[in-house]
Amino acid sequence: MDEELERDERVFLLGEEVAQYDGAYKVSRGLWKKYGDQRIIDTPITEMGFTGIAVGAAMAGLRPICEFMTFNFSMQAIDQVINSAAKTCYMSAGLQSVPIVFRGPNGSSAGVAAQHSQCFAAWYGHCPGLKVVSPWSAEDARGLLKAAIRDDNPVVFLENELMYGVPFEMSEESQSKDFTIPIGKAKVERQGSHVTLVAHSRYVSHCLDAAAVLSKEGVECEVVNLRSIRPLDMECIEASVMKTNHLVTVEGGWPQFGVGAEICARIMEGPAFNYLDAPVTRVSGVDIPMPYAKILEDNSVPQIKDIIFTVKKTLNI
Amino acid sequence: MKRVLTAISNAFSRVTGKNAGSQTVSEGARAVVSPRTSDYTPQATFDVKKCDLHRLEEGPPERVELTREQGLHYYRTMQTVRRMELKADQLYKQKIIRGFCHLYDGQEACAMGIEAAINPTDHVITAYRAHGYTYTRGGSVQKILAELTGRKGGIAKGKGGSMHMYAPNFYGGNGIVGAQVPLGAGIALACKYQGNGQVCVALYGDGAANQGQIFESFNMAALWKLPCIFVCENNKYGMGTSVERSSASTDYFRRGDFVPGLRVDGMDVLCVREATKFAADHCRAGKGPILMELQTYRYHGHSMSDPGVGYRTREEVQEVRSKSDPITMLKDRMLSNSMAAVEEFKEIDTEIRKEIEEAALFATTDPEPALDDLCSHIFHNEPPLEVRGTNPWSKLQSIS
Repeated sequence: MDEELERDERVFLLGEEVAQYDGAYKVSRGLWKKYGDQRIIDTPITEMGFTGIAVGAAMAGLRPICEFMTFNFSMQAIDQVINSAAKTCYMSAGLQSVPIVFRGPNGSSAGVAAQHSQCFAAWYGHCPGLKVVSPWSAEDARGLLKAAIRDDNPVVFLENELMYGVPFEMSEESQSKDFTIPIGKAKVERQGSHVTLVAHSRYVSHCLDAAAVLSKEGVECEVVNLRSIRPLDMECIEASVMKTNHLVTVEGGWPQFGVGAEICARIMEGPAFNYLDAPVTRVSGVDIPMPYAKILEDNSVPQIKDIIFTVKKTLNI
Repeated sequence: MKRVLTAISNAFSRVTGKNAGSQTVSEGARAVVSPRTSDYTPQATFDVKKCDLHRLEEGPPERVELTREQGLHYYRTMQTVRRMELKADQLYKQKIIRGFCHLYDGQEACAMGIEAAINPTDHVITAYRAHGYTYTRGGSVQKILAELTGRKGGIAKGKGGSMHMYAPNFYGGNGIVGAQVPLGAGIALACKYQGNGQVCVALYGDGAANQGQIFESFNMAALWKLPCIFVCENNKYGMGTSVERSSASTDYFRRGDFVPGLRVDGMDVLCVREATKFAADHCRAGKGPILMELQTYRYHGHSMSDPGVGYRTREEVQEVRSKSDPITMLKDRMLSNSMAAVEEFKEIDTEIRKEIEEAALFATTDPEPALDDLCSHIFHNEPPLEVRGTNPWSKLQSIS
């Protein structure tokens, strides 16, 4: 964000505690000190209002980054995201663009209970007019955020609180000021030949961990990091499935109408269907509001053992 | 001798409107202790701060009666909440409590004052700083702490956590800022609809006070004359943002516009009680909603993840603690009017300490909820249904 703020003076950040508090999760640390009140704005706790304000500013030529302290609070403002931001370019037949980024942590955390743990990938991924990205690695976060800020369209940028503290190795190229990752393109994080695992955000880590365990048993998983929810990179997934003949999707969100459900439908509509040796299976969060107690919470989200179990069932081993 | 001292100290109270008497009563008077309760002043009158009024001709009384019994009860309740919150702080630092934990210490007079003025059949709803209200509404310390530690003996069986505790006629414990206010207006609508003469106290903070849905609630409550007491607990900071930085008008008691309002000293349990009585009478008389702003303070940061010193000075916190602590204020008033002995308060403190320790022991030894319970309580009054687990072969059961 610092680099993009420096590069383009139309870019500014607004949200709760982003300025003087340095960010609720310290993501915007140092920015207010460097850029001041006009470009880093602390808002009152009024999501519907400040999201509308952000969208309006985008319509009038600025490039706002609108932070939700968590995406759970974006529900208060979802009308502005969908009806005011997503649909406007279409409704105006291209006359009015909305170059805005909505970002913040998405999905479950640790012990924050039902109202603070929902994954919104499926909800936002459902709507035309939005681009929706869900980074996993530090490289993803950096490249996709820069791409999102430079994009002339509304982008929903789904971060993950538990991933904020996870360190990653980064190439020199990925540390350059102009490093961007194209929105709508997935990345194969691990090559494999027996089964394709597709995930986004934190669950890419789970898939890689499961793949390491399965490798010892002679099962080689190909792990696809979606990076983008909308557009979905079906070409990448299909190419992988045509190689491995098996597909397991993994997500933290609820199963019904989820990211995995969409992938299943599209696989059936495309060329990869005929290469499947078994039905596609989905690993997802349990279909309940998130409980608080640790033992219940741990069993409400996909664990590595669930992925391993599902792979073996899919491969019939 | 005691009667003379009592009269002098009452006179001081009348003149200054504070418990200044406690500073001028000599040490010798305090040493005179009688074990018989009949030696204590059974009832005294105190001055409370005048409430600022909005669209009201007159406000609650400024001279307030307190009986010895009431005083000891308020002391016990507030001190229990205080100690319970401090125990929660300790357990959180030991990582036995996880996730969000928003503590109420400093604000006890609000919860106690409100509860003292309403009936158990009235209704209360608040946001996430809810442990105090869960207690005043009837939840036990044991069940509250066990909920924080995520055990099956918790008030929500471990499924809700800090922000989602419920009790009879207490609707939580709500995590989304501001959302509880329309809910409160709705509860008030149900009261009016059922003609039961009950009122709903709908609480929110200074941070939430700017939420649009609160103004929507004011409008409908006024239009339909709902028996709703809107209460803004103004503790001066919405997380890290001071009221001056979040609100174009910090006169929260006036923000209801057409809804009459009062600004109340939220550190004085008697002031809160009288104001709430006044507000409840207003609602029960069918006059529609009313708004109370309680000026209060939280000693802890916003939550256990917030050190609470980035946006305010340690001196400020210390000053409030030493000059305006609600529990100290009540105790000093009672002592300077010989309504109780120092030893009695000490004894109450000891009893509370024991209660908290026992509750904490339960909260740390009670087992976690059973995995069988994972999917229960999705619906109410439903036949058992099958719930998808993390994969298609995982079929779980949900019981109502």
